[in-house]
Amino acid sequence: MSKSKTTVVVTGLGATTPLGGDVPSTWSALLAGESGVRPLEWEGVEELPVRFAATLKVDPSEVMPKQVLRRLDRNQSIALIAAREAWTHAGFAPPTVRKPKKGEEPAGVEGGFLVDGDRLGVVVSSGIGGLHTALNSYDVYREKGWSRVSPFTVPMLMPNGASGHVGIEFGAMAGSHALVSACASSGEAVGYAIDMIRTGRADVVICGGTESCIHPLQMASFGAMRAMSTRNDEPTRASRPYDKNRDGFVLGEGAAVLILESEEHARARGAKVHGIASGCGYSGDAFDIVLPDPTGAGQAKAMRRALVDAGLQPSDIVHINAHATSTPAGDVAELASIKAGLGEEAAAGAAITATKSMTGHLLGGAGALESLFTILALRDGVIPAVANLEDLDDEADLDIVRGEPRKLADGPAAALNNSFGFGGHNVSVAFERAL
Amino acid sequence: MAVATEQEILDGLAAIIDDIVGIDKSEVTPEKNFIDDLDIDSLSMVEIAVAAQDQFGVEIPDDELRNLKTVQDVINFVQKLQG
Repeated sequence: MSKSKTTVVVTGLGATTPLGGDVPSTWSALLAGESGVRPLEWEGVEELPVRFAATLKVDPSEVMPKQVLRRLDRNQSIALIAAREAWTHAGFAPPTVRKPKKGEEPAGVEGGFLVDGDRLGVVVSSGIGGLHTALNSYDVYREKGWSRVSPFTVPMLMPNGASGHVGIEFGAMAGSHALVSACASSGEAVGYAIDMIRTGRADVVICGGTESCIHPLQMASFGAMRAMSTRNDEPTRASRPYDKNRDGFVLGEGAAVLILESEEHARARGAKVHGIASGCGYSGDAFDIVLPDPTGAGQAKAMRRALVDAGLQPSDIVHINAHATSTPAGDVAELASIKAGLGEEAAAGAAITATKSMTGHLLGGAGALESLFTILALRDGVIPAVANLEDLDDEADLDIVRGEPRKLADGPAAALNNSFGFGGHNVSVAFERAL
Repeated sequence: MAVATEQEILDGLAAIIDDIVGIDKSEVTPEKNFIDDLDIDSLSMVEIAVAAQDQFGVEIPDDELRNLKTVQDVINFVQKLQG
């Protein structure tokens, strides 16, 4: 860890995913190798090339009242659910959800640490934003006219809506941001949050990502790209990174939120520290709007820059949560990038997993969820195995965790989480175990 | 639709408010101000007005909506138009 930089620690985790409605249930399902992929049961689904997706295990309607849900897009409601879990996990006082009425004292803040709103930031990303809202509102407009369109349509469809709602709920006044870079969006959110704390803009940042766009249009448009698995007869076995018979990614939905905090602030309040957010590296491929640069140069640069930013050596990396979406070209190209980024020897020493085999691909939520998994792997000393990996691709010549979860040795340990997005956005976030 | 009584309008409005913003029906009484007493924001008022137009079969122009500050204001407005 570079002495010149503020140390940023992870003090809270929250998620709602295809595997569970919170972090403990998601993590235990992941270690058990369960699949969050399910058949879609829409009217007319038989017309689509892909008829399954990794839908949420716990629907937001089970934990939020309908009056709240009607003014939130689904990606926003799940971001709030994940943020609430992370906030409580960090030991902070419950937020004043409702503004006090005239002459009334604000609601109670007992039962946790009270964060100074001017020192609290938010960075919550979505790659797509409120797709359901945009399309449903257009249907209302065409059928009933403009006056029946919800007045909440604009705040529900804007991709920064989740960040805004999280900021309002917790009173974050240091700044509220939403970085958009397709499937790299929430990896960048974590990186931006680290920098907010290092540059002194905030002591605490609620950061993460959210996505919910499992809609016929997405199945059609990703289908038109031939990017998704069409294993319609075996949905739970469709996401299979590094397997010879992989045939594309599986669309998922969910949200994940991390509470990052300066070490000084966390120690002063006696917070439990779950890991260290050591640094972040970015690069742009400047090559193609959807295809990754086949040389892997851009991805390798992001990993090298993450190591430099974190003050780590390639040999410090014991684990990588790969972007690995289960596409024929992408998975092995990333392995080549890892070798280029870390060097052959250090690359061979990193145990690699691909958790999209179980969660599906959360697009703008992927970076944050996989950062969360990387932190838990370091903290608990166990790396989830890649699911559905039956016949290893000959080109997958690094240490892929398969079969059973892998135990990690005690002591210092560092890991990378890679996320790459359409547009040529590459981001790699470095984490270390808190000792 | 048939002309509604004051009580019917109050009950109908309370049901709409409960459905849209989740305020218990017993809270919705004639003297209540939508913004100050019931904590309803301006965008929710637009939703409530649209639902009330459908339920009571009256037109509430935007200019009028601004003047409807209390529950009693809405009751009077609907009765006037239905009458």
